[in-house]
Amino acid sequence: MAERLAQLTTYRRLAGASIRARAQYRLTFALDFAAQFVAGLSDFLAILVIFHHLPQLGGWSLPEVAFLYGMAGISFALTDLWIGQLDTLGQMIRLGTFDVFLVRPLGSLFQVVASELQLKRLAKAGQAAAVLAYALANLHIAWSPARILMVAVAIGSGAAIFSGVWIAGSAISFWTTDVQEIVNSFTYGGSFLTSYPINIFGAWTRRLLAFVVPMAFVAYYPSLFILGKPDAVIGQPALAFASPLIAGLTLLAAAAVWRSGVRHYRSTGS
Amino acid sequence: MIEADDLRKTFTVYRRAGRLRRERRLVTAVDGVSFAVGPGEMVGYIGPNGAGKSTTIKMLTGILVPSSGKVSVAGLAPARRRTELARRIGVVFGNRSLLWWDLPLRDSFELLRHIYRVPAAQYRGRLAELGELLDLGPFMDTPVRQLSLGQRMRGELTAALLHAPKVLFLDEPTVGLDIVSKARVRDFLAELNRERGVTVLLTTHDLSDIERLCPRMVIIDHGKVLYDGGTVEIAARFGGERTLVVDLAESRPPLRLARGSVVRTDGPRQWIKFRSDETTAATLIAAVSEQAQLVDLSIEEPSIEEVVRRVYTGEAVPA
Repeated sequence: MAERLAQLTTYRRLAGASIRARAQYRLTFALDFAAQFVAGLSDFLAILVIFHHLPQLGGWSLPEVAFLYGMAGISFALTDLWIGQLDTLGQMIRLGTFDVFLVRPLGSLFQVVASELQLKRLAKAGQAAAVLAYALANLHIAWSPARILMVAVAIGSGAAIFSGVWIAGSAISFWTTDVQEIVNSFTYGGSFLTSYPINIFGAWTRRLLAFVVPMAFVAYYPSLFILGKPDAVIGQPALAFASPLIAGLTLLAAAAVWRSGVRHYRSTGS
Repeated sequence: MIEADDLRKTFTVYRRAGRLRRERRLVTAVDGVSFAVGPGEMVGYIGPNGAGKSTTIKMLTGILVPSSGKVSVAGLAPARRRTELARRIGVVFGNRSLLWWDLPLRDSFELLRHIYRVPAAQYRGRLAELGELLDLGPFMDTPVRQLSLGQRMRGELTAALLHAPKVLFLDEPTVGLDIVSKARVRDFLAELNRERGVTVLLTTHDLSDIERLCPRMVIIDHGKVLYDGGTVEIAARFGGERTLVVDLAESRPPLRLARGSVVRTDGPRQWIKFRSDETTAATLIAAVSEQAQLVDLSIEEPSIEEVVRRVYTGEAVPA
């Protein structure tokens, strides 16, 4: 426990240092923040456009999809805030700067993640929270203790699932560089898919999302449960309770991929 | 302190062969290297570019996992017990910074204090001491990106030593430094080794680093150990050999000198080889200027490539 606490302090110091380094560029920060907020909003605009033409999407009303979007969006934004720095892993490996993390007495993943905390990413969380607030105002959810608890569980598990996929995907760079685009299609692409009810996709996409890259557990099953919607295409709303378990498994798998990746690190340059 | 036994590292390299086909090739960067460094020793690890120096260092520091063979540093297997090892060793890369680019030097040190969990009192003492030895005072509050190479290297050395490591690995610590900075780094390393008994393994491209610092050197080429022994023995054979390059006022036949011989001429420029145990550059320059009008001069030290070539041809004692 003391060990964990010490790590947390170290994280705060490392991340704090990156914020101080960033603080030298205030205007850039303000512009980035605004850009992130608008970019996030445009995703939701796409959903609004769809509902302008259709009353329902796969049996989901606009506020329901907004709820799904908000839940997934918050999970994703938390993940992005926490480990978004992994996007630069490919570059660190190509340039050999990853070396530095391996000669220090801390976990390498921890150090990559802590190497920078970009507060501009909070913009995305803010935007998702706004959409969620809109959804809650327009839905009449029969709140029960289990459903309230599920909101927290779903956001936590969702962030953990996104993190796992992100970590494992980035770790592919240890074997072969220049895969960032493929990785992005799983992480950012995954975040896009989780914003829609998965029953609107084809059978194979649904199976992939439910069982291979477990994106369906991020927001879809929990939302079914909270909204009291019965019609799941694969499985049923009770699967919502499997989310924390799936999240744990995803993280374990990701950690194994990461460890194996570090053993394959080639450290280019002299 | 450092033990390597039949250490090997093989990389798979893919090369484009034709439009889609890729050719797979195995490259052995380190090919059965064995050596041991005792506590308090200071050993030079040298070789030409691509000889496998850096790859060896990376295996010793836990960055790379060896393909085969045994390694032990400060009693630990590096890659397997990486984080534990990190507390016992210090590392300086000449071409890679371990500091925070946008932060003042002082902040980098402060962060390292937390990463290594150095007790505050001990940290203050060490920083004061290292700061004085390396004269960090004038640029402690300057962001690292604004430091000169020499200043940065002094910062890197401090960063590597704050946690009082038993073993220090230096990969090309003097690369790109001017003479004054080089001398400062060398003096510091000599003192560190003498006063504190820190074990040092040093790779360098500059033979004079080794001559001034390391009583023992290991030469590698093509991933294999070529020589492991005293620096003096190598120097005695030819290491003391230097070349005085003189530019004379006019072209003329090779100069005749008592000690030292002209090995090459090109117009008014002549190359004079001499041994520093037989004569000094100053005596030689005086002798030259008695015979001809001297315009300019420089002294060339033997290169590592030259040393390796000579070890091959048997002019220097083999391992």
